[in-house]
Parts: sequence; C-alpha cells; structure tokens
Amino acid sequence: MKPFEYVAARTIDEAVEALASSKGPAKPLAGGTDLVVQLNEGRITLDRVVDIGRIPELKRVDVDAQGQLRLGAAAPCVDVYSHLNVQRLFPMLVDSASIIGSVQVQSRASIGGNLCNASPSGDSIPTLICLGAQAVIQGPSGRRVVPVEEFCTGPGQTVLQPAELVVEIVVPAPGENEGGKYLRFIPRNEMDIAVVGVGSWIRWEPQSGRITDARIALGAVAPTPVRAPEAEAALIGKEVSWDVIDEASRLAVNAARPISDVRGSAEYRRHLVSVLVRRTLLAALERAGVDVKDLGGEAYAG
Amino acid sequence: MLGKVVVRAVLNGQECEFLADPRQTLLEVLREELHLTGTKEGCGNGNCGACTVIVNGRPVNSCLMLAVQAQDAVIETVEGLARGSKLHPLQQVFLEEAALQCGICTPGFLMAAKALLDVNPDPTEAEVRHYLAGNLCRCTGYDKIVRAVLKAAQVLREESEKAAEVSA
Repeated sequence: MKPFEYVAARTIDEAVEALASSKGPAKPLAGGTDLVVQLNEGRITLDRVVDIGRIPELKRVDVDAQGQLRLGAAAPCVDVYSHLNVQRLFPMLVDSASIIGSVQVQSRASIGGNLCNASPSGDSIPTLICLGAQAVIQGPSGRRVVPVEEFCTGPGQTVLQPAELVVEIVVPAPGENEGGKYLRFIPRNEMDIAVVGVGSWIRWEPQSGRITDARIALGAVAPTPVRAPEAEAALIGKEVSWDVIDEASRLAVNAARPISDVRGSAEYRRHLVSVLVRRTLLAALERAGVDVKDLGGEAYAG
Repeated sequence: MLGKVVVRAVLNGQECEFLADPRQTLLEVLREELHLTGTKEGCGNGNCGACTVIVNGRPVNSCLMLAVQAQDAVIETVEGLARGSKLHPLQQVFLEEAALQCGICTPGFLMAAKALLDVNPDPTEAEVRHYLAGNLCRCTGYDKIVRAVLKAAQVLREESEKAAEVSA
C-alpha cells in the first residue's frame, strides 16, 4: 500500500479543509469497513485519509419531537438499529442497518458510508430512497442538500465533488398509515451481498382502503439503486388487494436492468425482483396497519 | 506529514502508547508491534472474524480498523480474558465442550461471545447463532461452539449471583 497521510478532523470545517488542501486524492474515513479493504487490496490509492469518526455531530442519531431523523453520516449501524425511536418510527431503516455485514462490521460501518460507497447492492440505499431521505453535503463552497435518490450516479460513483463529504442524512417524520419494508435475497442466512434487494413503502387510507402513495426501490439490478415507477403508478389510487400487489410486482421487473454475474443471472434477478416486491409490499402494508391476512392465504405466504 | 502517529489507548486494562504507521491495521499493530499474537488473521477483509477484538465495548474486526483509529479507545483482546492462571469461563467451557479443534478461529469466537454476553447475559440459542454469524470455523462446526457459549453464559450468571449474595 502506498503511504498516505492521516488527519483526524475534530470539526466538519477541519475535515473539509483537510480534504480540500490535499495535493492528491483524499477521502473521508468513517468506520473504515469498506475503505480499509479498498486500500489494503490496492483498489484505491490515496494521498490523504481524513478521519471523520471523531467529530461528535457526525456520530449522532437524533429523532426530534416531530419525528424527523437526523443521522450523523459516521454513526455506526449498531447505534441506528439500537435506537428506540428509530425502531419505533423507522423500522425499515432497522431492516437495512441490521443486515449490513456482521455485528463486528455493524459496530463501525455507517449508513453514510454505505451510501457514499455507492454499491448497486448497498442495503441502506433502497430504504433511504423509499423514506424520502436527503443527504446533507458540506464542501468548500458551503452546504447543499441532495435527495438520496439522486445521490448515486454509477457503481462507486456519486454526486460528491472533490473535498465534499456527506455530513448528515435527514429522514422526514413518518405520517399516519404509512409503512415500509426492505428485504434482500442472499443464498445464506447472514453475511452476504444482496443478489437483489427491494424496498417498498406505501401510504393508505383506512376509510376507503385505497393506497394513496407508494415508492419501490430496487437494489443490485442496475448500475445504481432505481425506483420502479410503473409499479408505483399501478398501486396509487387502488384498493388494497392481492391482484394489485401481484400486478405491481410484475411491472417492477420493467425497471430492472440486471447483469449476470457470480451472484446470479439477469433472468434470476428479474424473477427475484417480482418475488421480493410482493413480499416487501405485504410487509409494508402490514406495518401500515393493513390486515394482510384478509388478502388471502396465498398472499400472506408471499 | 506522512510520519507515524502516537496512539494512546487502554489495552486489556493497562494504559498503553504505540507508534502506528497510518497504513497499519489494528490487527497488525497488536500482533507485530505489541506482540499480542493471540488475535489471528484469517481473511483480512472482514469475512471470517478471526481477528475480532472488543473496542469500546463492541466487537470489531481488527483487520478493518486502522490502528490510528484506536486513539483513546478501550481495547480488549483474548490475552485479557484469563485472570493469571485462571481461565475466563468462556475459555474453560470451550475446552470442556471441545468447542475448538485447530484453534485459529477461537480467539475471535471468544471475543465475539464475550461482547455478546457483556450486553446480553442470557441469550437464546438463536441470538448466539445470529451474533456469531461473522465468525467462521472450518473444523469443529458450530454446534459445540454455540453450546459452549450458552453454558458459559450460565456459569457467568451463577458467578454474578454468588457475587451479589456475598456483597449483600
């Protein structure tokens, strides 16, 4: 490994300054569970590593009185899924944060890091998209806010400009009668990378039984996580039923542009998209307060 | 500057200070600079858990952490488990239950199990299996390890009950 300089930033301003003043490539370091492997294996070469894991505001997990979540970009996954208000208000985020790597990895890996690593299979990204999360970015020219949906531009590629870093992820407060679920398919029970990951989120109206809003985000089937707009449109305005869920799951496949690789063929991935959209929609509806058993035994079995 | 960094930490209950090249992982410093070779390197990329140590109360893969990130940390390694010649209950029960064979994975399993029992003294079998999913064993298999952790949990609970009686 080529020698690099290590800077432990104490504040966000110091971190930006350290990134901006580096003569060669520099990156922020949060937990290090991706970056240290990339450095060790020579996949990236850096002149400077800026440790942001010692900046208190980047480690916080705060749910305010209105229910909005402000997640410091370097807060480890364990702090996210152990947080009682996150468990209560954002169970979908717990779905994701609790399956990234092992408990050892979750002690250090952050949601901000999972996002910035921009893997097409990153388990937190479909969830953040479904929840309407925004990435707060700080750089030499100040702050800007980018919806997570627009953050990733390709495998390992993001909208971040040189010397910019994500400082916070803001997730809006959940409303009434909403629910979301993230599931991935892996051939093992634990410790694997998603063959396909799917997040589904819905809002419904108990009086009419109709779905009033829906978001579906697919992981590991395109260069970045992607929305499934045809499937969402097929849900909105409809009364909750097994047929509507089934139709959405078939339409979601149209948004997938998978490749065939060691984890699965493109055809298999398309099949998984439809299966996981059905399962996540059912679980999301259940979290939103729909009695999904009423939809029929076949539906509940997924 | 590209030089080494002075790192101060508490290691197995003792204050310590070491010089780390920013490129060195915590695993490398533990083994090669501090000569604590109980912690093992397996895969070197966070899949096998052989290098598990406890940092600030949480299990981590020491191969995925730069040594410079351990500034001001409280670090526990397998060398800190025994009290003199008295093995920690986890170590004792791993021996009694034959929960090891070649032994390379054992320090990682012991430290991951300790991290679990520190926060959850009475785990279910499913909780043990889930918590240890980041530790791989290629000889013994997992049943004996899981049984040993459950039994050690019982021993530790009995010890703490006795201690509570004595102090009452």
